[in-house]
Amino acid sequence: MKKICLYFEIHQIIHLKRYRFFDIGRDHYYYDDYENERSINYIAERSYVPALQTLIQMCKDHPEFKVAFSLSGCGLEQLEFHAPQVVDLLQEINSTGQVEFLCEPYSHGLASLANEESFAAEVKRMSDRIKELFGKRPKVFRNSSLIYNDEIGAQVAAMGFKGILTEGAKQVLGWKSPHYLYHCASDPRLKLLLRDINLSEDITERFTSHPIMADQWLDWIASTPEGEDIINIFGELVTFGIFHPLQSGILEFLKAIPVLAKERGIGFALPSELCSEKSVGAIEVPYNISWVDEERDTSCWLGNVMQREAFNKLYSVADRVRVCGDRRIQMDWDCLQASNNFRFMTTKPGYQYRGIYDSPYDAFTNYMNILGDFISRVNNLYGGADNEEIDGLITMIKNQGDELANKDKEIERLRKKLEKYEAPAAAEKQAPAPKAPAKKAPAKKAPAKKAAPAAKTASAPKAAEVKKEPAKKAPAEKAPAKKATPKKK
Amino acid sequence: MKVLMFGWEFPPKIYGGLAVASYGITKGMVEGQPDAEITFCLPKPCGEEEKFLRIIGMNQVPIVYRGHDYNYVKSRIPDYMTPEQYYNFRDHIYADFSYMNVNDMGCMEFAGGYPGNLHDEINNFSIIAGVVARSEQFDIIHAHDWLTYPAGVHAKMVSGKPLCIHVHATDFDRSRGKVNPTVYSIEKNGMDHADCIMCVSELTRQTVIREYHQDPRKCFAMHNAVYPLPQEYLDIPRVDNGKEKVVTFLGRITMQKGPEYFMEAADLVCKRSKNIRFCFAGSGDKYWEMVDLAAAKGIADRVHFPGFQRGKQVYECYKASDVFVMPSVSEPFGIAPLEAMQCGTPSIISKQSGCGEILDKVIKVDYWDINAMADAIYSLCTNEGLHTYLRDEGLKEVAEITWVKVGHRIRKLYDECIYNGGFIH
Repeated sequence: MKKICLYFEIHQIIHLKRYRFFDIGRDHYYYDDYENERSINYIAERSYVPALQTLIQMCKDHPEFKVAFSLSGCGLEQLEFHAPQVVDLLQEINSTGQVEFLCEPYSHGLASLANEESFAAEVKRMSDRIKELFGKRPKVFRNSSLIYNDEIGAQVAAMGFKGILTEGAKQVLGWKSPHYLYHCASDPRLKLLLRDINLSEDITERFTSHPIMADQWLDWIASTPEGEDIINIFGELVTFGIFHPLQSGILEFLKAIPVLAKERGIGFALPSELCSEKSVGAIEVPYNISWVDEERDTSCWLGNVMQREAFNKLYSVADRVRVCGDRRIQMDWDCLQASNNFRFMTTKPGYQYRGIYDSPYDAFTNYMNILGDFISRVNNLYGGADNEEIDGLITMIKNQGDELANKDKEIERLRKKLEKYEAPAAAEKQAPAPKAPAKKAPAKKAPAKKAAPAAKTASAPKAAEVKKEPAKKAPAEKAPAKKATPKKK
Repeated sequence: MKVLMFGWEFPPKIYGGLAVASYGITKGMVEGQPDAEITFCLPKPCGEEEKFLRIIGMNQVPIVYRGHDYNYVKSRIPDYMTPEQYYNFRDHIYADFSYMNVNDMGCMEFAGGYPGNLHDEINNFSIIAGVVARSEQFDIIHAHDWLTYPAGVHAKMVSGKPLCIHVHATDFDRSRGKVNPTVYSIEKNGMDHADCIMCVSELTRQTVIREYHQDPRKCFAMHNAVYPLPQEYLDIPRVDNGKEKVVTFLGRITMQKGPEYFMEAADLVCKRSKNIRFCFAGSGDKYWEMVDLAAAKGIADRVHFPGFQRGKQVYECYKASDVFVMPSVSEPFGIAPLEAMQCGTPSIISKQSGCGEILDKVIKVDYWDINAMADAIYSLCTNEGLHTYLRDEGLKEVAEITWVKVGHRIRKLYDECIYNGGFIH
């Protein structure tokens, strides 16, 4: 049976304000509150609310209908602050049980291309948020704009995800069809769900310019060759109402899908359900792919020297930001990372939307001014210590973390071994010799348990250890949720 | 295709941008179109003009009959002209101008350039144009800038051939709205009679339509271009200023070019950075005012006034700069940023400059927005990526802007005028 896997993303950036270079060092607030409030309300009202209401009704009417969502942390913060009704709707649709929430990097940034630890920390943070809001820890991952390569795949698999969404880009698929389940070339545990570009873009890109009927669209799906059972339709939720106005009838199109699919014997599936199936083979992706532009690569964020300079500068302080424990700085870090900031600087022809900027140079200048201020704030935290010194410390922290992790494993191994010895010993009921290690074990266990979370949750607490101020880590680690409030005041 | 052109300046004698543009247009046409024959009428050629077109010196065209013999004529006229031509012109004298101040050849003298009695010279130029138009064979008339409009109109009246006029600037740009009525009337009269008005930018075209009440159907934007730099200029090494950065303004220091906005931006930048210097190259009526302003703002140690730059010095100046700024309040076209880009110097231009319409790899700001201008200057001086991008892409972009392409576009308009009877039916 053919299955449609519907997935929609919810992400809006936190807009940066006009920031002149003479503000550097004087003004540490970077956001355009008016624009943020206006745009998120506009989008919520025109798109998110009606689209979610429609989807909720569809879930209620059709028990077989399924849909997946993902949220970026920045988008979520904006929604919670300016349009909480959208979050309520998401929780309502979640309660139908026909919905799955995927995980994505908190900032919707490009950390996956720059800094492994930062990327992992972000993903962890978002995963926690999803768990907190919707009760389930996400099993499937989608990177910002579906950016993917083999390395990212391996990393995501190591984080414990069983599947990842990415683009069915021609340059990696070749003659293959996106309608099968594949797995990552560098880690077979991670399944790949590839977007069907044509069928997705019939809705997301071309709905107004080349309107189609739902029955025609489903006929295309039904007529795919036998055995091609997975149809991945991925898009942004703003497709409904912003990319295509509601009067284009796009919601009616959406409503018709489950009815007509039933007639044609087509079902629905969630990404995590599909990822439990068996894959047909590996897909090798040595170069970055994404769902953006005709090239389906990262050229719209990192295509020109300006973008690369901004990108390199930003991630040059990634380690420092991660270990600093300053919440305010980490909040700004999220907003600055959002890939949209880089997209405003693209010089590729045909790109129109640039937010408040009137040219790529303007976008670059403004961003670099803010970044200049941000970086000097980060460096001030370290009291002007030079790069080498800090890099040395960070490496030391990382090495110690690795060492602890290894020790953990070793302890675990020994403990199991011990249990093996203990088992026959217990059977004998008589053994003075094995008692000695039995006593030792709990003593050893205590510090091991402490070290275990430390090694896993990035290096934040360890930084504190090194800096000899463990008191600081406690508030930093807790209360990860309510960070929007102090900033906006 | 024979074109009769009237112009006021032509290289190697350069008074302003007009000479460069006239040269580019004619050269581009001759290079791109083998059948184009251009006759260029100048008030006072120096005799060293390039020979790809036929030059007529208006100061050698007789308007009063003189019965000199062949040898005498030959000894008196310059070598780019033959006695036969002289006699041909003499045969087409159309009225009695003996009351005018003519020399022994029956010709009028021109001072050349822009002397005090400019209006007399314009008038004389147009009288002589009547003789030329009667004796020459041509398909179309092309007049550059308002000084030659009366001549163009006269030639059109005499010959009945279509008239194209080329608006390199209008008095509205020069005077910021307070026009000189005499100049305005000459400009308006020329435009009214023209079959086709070529403006150096859309900005100018709009001025022509709005302020001179012309029919938009016969007005066209015809952007200028640049010639690739000669080897001599390419060989000038780029100056490495080390940690210091140099930001340059180059042009007449006058209201139209917006030097005070540049100074305000310079002041903002100087307040926040220590390694950026500003260079005010050029002379003009606001020169001393600017010197005073720099002193009053306390940045005189960081602002430099090297004075008027000529010839090669201009390019040396570009090459020694890290950023070029053209904050013009109103600029019909403005060739300077293109030249700076050819030298690998990124430019910041005002949105009120015509060249901005064809340039993409420059930073555009409103001339009055000193904050944005200062920000752009600072960004170019501190962010390597932006500087590199605009330098490299700017070079590529400006290499695509050629006079030959302009020549082809002009040719299209000519054809329309000649074969389809113009644009207004």
